[in-house]
Amino acid sequence: MPTKTLAGTPVDTDEEGFLVNHSQWNKDIAAALAAEEGITLGDGHWKVLDFIDTDFKEKGAVPGMRRMNKVGNIPTKDLYALFPDGPIKKAAKISGYPKPASCV
Amino acid sequence: MSDKIKKVSIIVSKGSLDGIYPGLIMGNGARMEGIEANLFFTFFGLYAILKKYMGSIKIATVGNPAMRVPDAKGFPLPTILGALPGMSAFATHMMNKEMEALDIPPIPEFIEMIHDAGGKIYACKATVDMFHLTLADFCPQMDKVLTVGDFYDIAAGGQIIFT
Repeated sequence: MPTKTLAGTPVDTDEEGFLVNHSQWNKDIAAALAAEEGITLGDGHWKVLDFIDTDFKEKGAVPGMRRMNKVGNIPTKDLYALFPDGPIKKAAKISGYPKPASCV
Repeated sequence: MSDKIKKVSIIVSKGSLDGIYPGLIMGNGARMEGIEANLFFTFFGLYAILKKYMGSIKIATVGNPAMRVPDAKGFPLPTILGALPGMSAFATHMMNKEMEALDIPPIPEFIEMIHDAGGKIYACKATVDMFHLTLADFCPQMDKVLTVGDFYDIAAGGQIIFT
């Protein structure tokens, strides 16, 4: 299993760079993961990351686009603006959760 | 990753539920991966973007030998039963319920989602003429009516998928 150092802390990841152990995640690691994607985290990003965190703890899965819209009240356009070229995948990675396994 | 797909142009030519959804799922999935997506609706596929009809697309219960009841692992549905009034509506209702549970949006919402994701929605000029349609017949997400030539221009340099 690959290990890499983010924000001065070693973390375990899968081949694609998703954290495999969420307990190793913190806000500094989120900022470092975001930087890898060329993203500087702001309030809009944190609204998404906080929703993924809450929803994952409840449902055991990263929410899809429709759930982000309907339950998280985050419009599709906002998600693409905040996390360009792969909104759910990038948001899941930065929030320290696994790669989404859904097609939609 | 150097051979990553950068652009897909998907042609949706069928107007049944199972004819439309694959194109929408692939188009939306492309945008979710950062791939540029163009959706070109032609012939009966055009019903997926017609304001008045896009919310009531049905699955065909006749002429589909793979159709099984009461679920996907049940018995093949005999053609004569598939032709009974209400059968198509019932099968559509069942399938919509399954999709709702998976958070796959209904067609009008899905078109809006793809549009908001930056996917382009195009209508085929030949079909528009043949069906005597005007711009007022289309959902607001429809970007443009294209000729085949326009479509090839837009699709240039990417992959074309026919569904």
